[in-house]
Amino acid sequence: MVQLTLPKNSKIKKGKEWNPPAVDAEPDRWREYRVYRYDPEGGENPRVDTYWVDTEDCGPMVLDALLWIKNNIDSTLTFRRSCREGICGSCSMNIDGTNTLACTMHAEDTKGAAIAIYPLPHMPVVKDLVPDMTRFYAQHREIEPWLKTDSPTPQKEWRQSHEDRDKLDGLYECILCACCSTACPSYWWNGDRYLGPAILLQANRWIEDSRDERTGERLDDLEDPFRLYRCHTILNCTKACPKGLNPAAAIANIKRKMVERM
Amino acid sequence: MTNKLEAERPLSPHLQIYRPMLTMLMSIAHRITGASLAIGFALLTWWLVATSMGPDAYSFVQSFFGSFIGRALLFAFTWALIHHMLGGIRHLIWDTGTGLDIPTVERFALGTIVGSVTLTVLVWLIAYYVMGGL
Repeated sequence: MVQLTLPKNSKIKKGKEWNPPAVDAEPDRWREYRVYRYDPEGGENPRVDTYWVDTEDCGPMVLDALLWIKNNIDSTLTFRRSCREGICGSCSMNIDGTNTLACTMHAEDTKGAAIAIYPLPHMPVVKDLVPDMTRFYAQHREIEPWLKTDSPTPQKEWRQSHEDRDKLDGLYECILCACCSTACPSYWWNGDRYLGPAILLQANRWIEDSRDERTGERLDDLEDPFRLYRCHTILNCTKACPKGLNPAAAIANIKRKMVERM
Repeated sequence: MTNKLEAERPLSPHLQIYRPMLTMLMSIAHRITGASLAIGFALLTWWLVATSMGPDAYSFVQSFFGSFIGRALLFAFTWALIHHMLGGIRHLIWDTGTGLDIPTVERFALGTIVGSVTLTVLVWLIAYYVMGGL
């Protein structure tokens, strides 16, 4: 359902300013970060805290800044991170107004004077920048993201031509960071029934796979006013993807396949 | 983790914090123009009904549409109609699976805005010219 405002328990309160730089501090050395905080044990509403990061002492990426804050100012700041090189998809969050990976986002490439950091939009928040991804993963499970065949399993590998393999480019690189799905207004309003761009791109990856023998069944499962057709080509997904993939084109491909098989 | 904690989880902010982008704004504009067409077509229906009701009703409607407010409404209706039509063509192209890369999408968006304004002004210039108003 479309609810444009935040529920009562989610309204953001003013937070605390942790370490304002000294009045005589070198200009441009300290960068302001405004970070969404939520403590599940405090019983209070979320708030936005302000931290100042010493750019002389900190790496160039937004993830470096978050780690710097955690190490030097506030060890309770909570976020997911792992590979720090854009392949694990853990540190996806809303930075400077768009969804992206903190580890591949240069602090210098942000537009705002202060860098605003929020969890992925329209998700239940576990703590600070950590959203609950349960439903997202359940939806991934729902499209059965594995090879489904009826022919007897070959002695060695399932063969595929170079041309057919090329069809998976732009699809297999998806790291399931959910930047696209949580940038999509359709997913915000109908995430309980609409699968969202990330999962549909994954579905397309298996529909396009020449080795998969259940393409028709996969299309049948998506033939639904919500699961697939809640995509209204808003294109926030493609704008957001930190891997440069195109979920909107993948969804358009599934829609075209639906028409072609009629 | 208790279910109580899970139920109490706040919803992260969405519209409040997402940076407005051309792609997103075009989608909103497409919806608003689409919905406002209903009002425009109600006006058109009113005019058609008046033609069948006789000269008094017709002249009343004509004088309303001739007034400044009436003309402003019709001008807005023309723009909404053309903007929504160009948006529809954009969606038709996308439905073939082409033109979905971001540079093309943004060119389409600018084309729709410039095109809808230009065509609207053109339609009105022609209309005034034909009616001898210019």
